[in-house]
Amino acid sequence: MDEFASLSAALVSRELWQIIALSLTVSLSATAVAAVLGLPLGTALAVWRFPGRRSLILAANALLGLPPAVVGLALYLVLSRSGPLGFLALLFTPAAMVVAQAVLALPIVTALAHRAAEDLWARYGDALMDLGASRARAVPALIAMGRLSMLTAVLAGFGRTISEVGAILVVGGNIAGYTRTMTTAIVLETSKGDLPLALGLGLVLIGLTMMISAAAFGLAGRSSW
Amino acid sequence: MRRLLLLMLAALAGLPIANAADEPAGAIVLATTTSLDNSGLLGAILPAFTRESGIAVRVLAQGTGQALDTARRGDADLVLVHDPEAEQQFIAEGHGIEQRQIAWNDFILVGPTADPAHIAGGHDAVVALAAIAAAMTPFVSRGDRSGTHALELRLWRMTGIDPKSGAGGWYRDIGGGMGQALNAAAAMPAYTLSDRGTWLSFRNKEPLVVTTEGDPRLINRYDVIELNPAKHPASHLAAAHRLAEWLVLPDAQAAIGDYRIEGEQVFHPSAASPR
Repeated sequence: MDEFASLSAALVSRELWQIIALSLTVSLSATAVAAVLGLPLGTALAVWRFPGRRSLILAANALLGLPPAVVGLALYLVLSRSGPLGFLALLFTPAAMVVAQAVLALPIVTALAHRAAEDLWARYGDALMDLGASRARAVPALIAMGRLSMLTAVLAGFGRTISEVGAILVVGGNIAGYTRTMTTAIVLETSKGDLPLALGLGLVLIGLTMMISAAAFGLAGRSSW
Repeated sequence: MRRLLLLMLAALAGLPIANAADEPAGAIVLATTTSLDNSGLLGAILPAFTRESGIAVRVLAQGTGQALDTARRGDADLVLVHDPEAEQQFIAEGHGIEQRQIAWNDFILVGPTADPAHIAGGHDAVVALAAIAAAMTPFVSRGDRSGTHALELRLWRMTGIDPKSGAGGWYRDIGGGMGQALNAAAAMPAYTLSDRGTWLSFRNKEPLVVTTEGDPRLINRYDVIELNPAKHPASHLAAAHRLAEWLVLPDAQAAIGDYRIEGEQVFHPSAASPR
């Protein structure tokens, strides 16, 4: 019973809600950045033919396995006071965490958007061009046509960001009340030996992720095009 | 899709605002050890400082080696650590200036209740480590250049045994924090060296118990070190100076001494009479 006392106490605390809010803000922001850049980029890679296109596609796919700890470390060195962007004073702030997670999510969104757009372009590309659409106009049209696949791409990016701990631990510092998220709190509670609380936080995180996925598909399913 | 994107953009737009809102007039980054933060001490005493001064303290809990490195790069405003040798080097390099002891407690050897190395009840850490090595029973090392790791290596040097000879066997370098080391030691089970603060607040002790304590070589001193303005002009050194001064004032010292975990005093204030 004693073991679950800390868990139930934590579940009703203001601190927990702060942590949840920060987790969602950081990960949704990073996903938004990745979506805004990655969906058009991935789609454009399907529509245009230009030198270097294949290597870009290859790069996006290779970077699907980008190790978070390495991204965190690289960004740490860049954002450190003694690094090239140190003057921005971004290290150990939520903004640095958004940048790190956006870097991790961007290849995922780009690669999956490219895959979806490639099929659509092969099937409907000629028709779109016959209707007088330019390639530039075809990009948003393809994103709209493939919106469910595009949503999957964005949610895959979100899944990467909300579950990630290696990068944000390094660039955020897990500072209580400022850069502590669900995942860094789980690592911290595990290190304090409070395994029931760590597991409880993990279940809350999984629940939240599922709710967001369900809500996103609900929205996309209802909207028409 | 578009609505989802709009939602996400709204979240993004909200971020800087949220940041600005909890950005107090002054905020400093305190690079410190996990033992002070995980034990709950800083969470218990720092709110009073923030109320008095209006300065928020962002606590970055790392091993001592990493905390000093963070400060060397200019990414912290003040350090509060516990490795006398590493601190001397930090000061000799010109990074640190004013160094003050704020509190002390002690390190302990913990190990399985079954005590395969037969060291329980002893008061000599060096003898205990030698017995662990002789029995080749598992020992977990932090291996992370923390203050605790540095002390562990100094104690091994006193035994004349090179623990690396047991690497891959009984000597298990986990490269992690104190909590990780205790979790690993509990699971194996193995002996390990822990600071008392982390041990008292640790909640996954089974089947570990304290096997060795009371050796004067196991004293654990916590020092606050201010940074040299000549090397770290961009840091918030005025605010950091206020915190350093505050930590040695009678009120803060009393709060450190009053901090209890399950009724037990964890830190002994020592600004007035450094140990």
